[in-house]
Amino acid sequence: MQILVVDDETDVRDLFQQRFRREIRSGEWSFSFAFSGEEALDFLRQHHSEVLIILSDINMPGMSGLDLLGHVKEEFEMPPTTMMMITAYGDDDSHRKALALGAHDFLSKPVDFAVLKEKLAHLRPA
Amino acid sequence: MVGALRKFLDLPRRLPVWNRALNWIWVPGAALFVASQALNLQTTTLGDVYWLLALGVIMAMLLVLRDYRPARSLLLAMAPFVLYKLVEYVLETPQGKIPKQYDSALDTSQAFVIIWLFTFIFIARSQKKQLEKEQALREEEEKAKRLIEAQNAQLEHLVAERTAALTNQAEELRTALTELRTTQAQLIQSEKMASLGELTAGIAHEIQNPLNFVNNFAEVSAELVTELEEEREKPDRDLELEADLLADLKQNLQKIHQHGGRAASIVRGMLEHSRASSGERVPTDLNQLADEYLRLAYHGLRAKDKTFNATLKPEFDPSLPPVAVIAQDLGRVLLNLLTNAFYAVKQRQQKGEPGYAPTVSVSTRRVGDDVEIRVRDNGTGMPESVQAKIFQPFFTTKPTGEGTGLGLSLSYDIVTQGHGGTLAVESREGEGTEFVISLPV
Repeated sequence: MQILVVDDETDVRDLFQQRFRREIRSGEWSFSFAFSGEEALDFLRQHHSEVLIILSDINMPGMSGLDLLGHVKEEFEMPPTTMMMITAYGDDDSHRKALALGAHDFLSKPVDFAVLKEKLAHLRPA
Repeated sequence: MVGALRKFLDLPRRLPVWNRALNWIWVPGAALFVASQALNLQTTTLGDVYWLLALGVIMAMLLVLRDYRPARSLLLAMAPFVLYKLVEYVLETPQGKIPKQYDSALDTSQAFVIIWLFTFIFIARSQKKQLEKEQALREEEEKAKRLIEAQNAQLEHLVAERTAALTNQAEELRTALTELRTTQAQLIQSEKMASLGELTAGIAHEIQNPLNFVNNFAEVSAELVTELEEEREKPDRDLELEADLLADLKQNLQKIHQHGGRAASIVRGMLEHSRASSGERVPTDLNQLADEYLRLAYHGLRAKDKTFNATLKPEFDPSLPPVAVIAQDLGRVLLNLLTNAFYAVKQRQQKGEPGYAPTVSVSTRRVGDDVEIRVRDNGTGMPESVQAKIFQPFFTTKPTGEGTGLGLSLSYDIVTQGHGGTLAVESREGEGTEFVISLPV
C-alpha cells in the first residue's frame, strides 16, 4: 500500500525509510515523499490511483497541509484516499480545522512511530 | 551791590565764610560815619578810606575766586578802577580837591577806566552766562549719565535674573536629557525583549524540529545496531545487509550531528539576540543570517496565528562575500523588516482577496562595492504619507500595544550609524513593500 509523506524537512524521507525499513523490505508499505503541498498535488495527479494514505505536515511554507487537504478533497475521492495530518503545535484549533476539512486522523509532533504504525495497521484493508 | 555780587559770583556756595563776612561790610562804614559825626569831621577822607576798604575786600575776594572765569574778568575790570581810585586818593589834597594839573589826565583816565569797567563787567556777565549754560549742559549730561547708569544697573539686574533662569533651565534640560537617554536605553532593551518574545514560539518550533530528528535518528540507530547484532549471530550472515545497516548508521550519526548543530545555532542566535551588543563587526555570511531570521520570523508569527501561511522565497546569491557586520544587530534589523513584511501580507490576506498568495522574499546580491539585502512582500503597502514617517521613533501604524514604533527607527540607526550603510524603502499601496539594506563590503 502506498503512503505519501508530505513535509518540508527533507530528512523525513531517511527517517521514514529507516523507521519502516522492515515494512518496506517486506513490501507491506511503500513510501513516496513530497517536500511541499504543491509537489504533493503534482505527485497525486500523476499517480492518481496508487496513493491511499497521505501523511502531511500542516506547517509548511507555501501551500500548507490544510490547503493540501482542501485540494485533495476537491480532486480525489475520500475515501478511499485517507488523510492524516501532523502538526508541531498540538493545538485544538488546527485539530478541529483538519477534522472539519475531512482529515481522517491527526498526529502531533514529535511523531510517535509506534502509534503511527498502529494507526496505519488499522487503515490497512483487512 | 552786595546782593548783585553774591548772585553773580554765587558766593553762598563758593565762599560761604566770605559770604557771611559780607553781611557785616556795612559795619566799618557805619563805624566811620558815627566816628566822623561824633568828631564833627567835615572831610571825605574817611568815606574814601571806607570805599577803598570795600573795594579792597571785593578785590581780595575776586582774587580768591580767580579760578572762576567771570571773577577773573571782574578782577580785570576793577583793577584799573581801583588803581584810578588809589591814584585819585594819593593825589587828593587834604581838602578833597584834585590839583589842577592832573585834572585832564584824570578825566581821561576816569572815562577810560569806566568804559573798561563796564566792558569787562559785560564780558564777565556773558562769560558767566556761557558758564552757566555749560554747567546746565553738564548737569543735563550728568543727569542723562545717571539715568543711563540706573538703566544699566537695572538691565544688569535683569540680565543676571535671566541668566539665572536660563542656567536653571539648562540644568533642568540636562536632567531631562539624562532621563531621556536612560529611558531610551531601557526602551531599546525592552524592544529587544519584545522581539525576543515574538521569537520565542518561532525559536521553540525551530528547535523542536532538529531535536525531533536527533531523537528519532538516535532511536532508529539503536534499532539498526540491534538488527546488525542479530544479523551477526545468524549462521548465514547477509553481508550486504550488514553493509547497508552500517552505512545507514554512519549516515544517521551525521544527521544527528547536523541537526544537533542546527539546534545549537538557534540557541546561540537567541542568546546573541538578547545579549547587549558587543559592537564588534565580524565577517559574516549574510545568506545564512538572512535565512535564519527568515525562518525565525515566519515561525514566530505562525506560533501566534496558526491559520497564517505565506510563501517564503529566499533568493540568495551564493557568491556573496562575507561582510563585516555586528551579526546580532543586523539580525534585529532583518527580524524587524521580516516581521513587518509578514504583518503586511497577513493584513492583506485578511481582506479576503480571491487568489491572493502572501509572499515574502529575501534576496541578497552584490552591487559594485556594496552588498544588498532586499526584503520584499506583496502585502498592503504604504501610502506616501506613511512612508515619510516610518523611520521616526515611536511612529507605528499597528494598533496600540502591538508595536513599539521603535523597530524601524532602531533598524535605521543600526544600518546607517552602526554599519555605514543605507536603508531605503519603496512601497506601493495595495501592491507591496520592499526594504533595501545596502552595506559596504
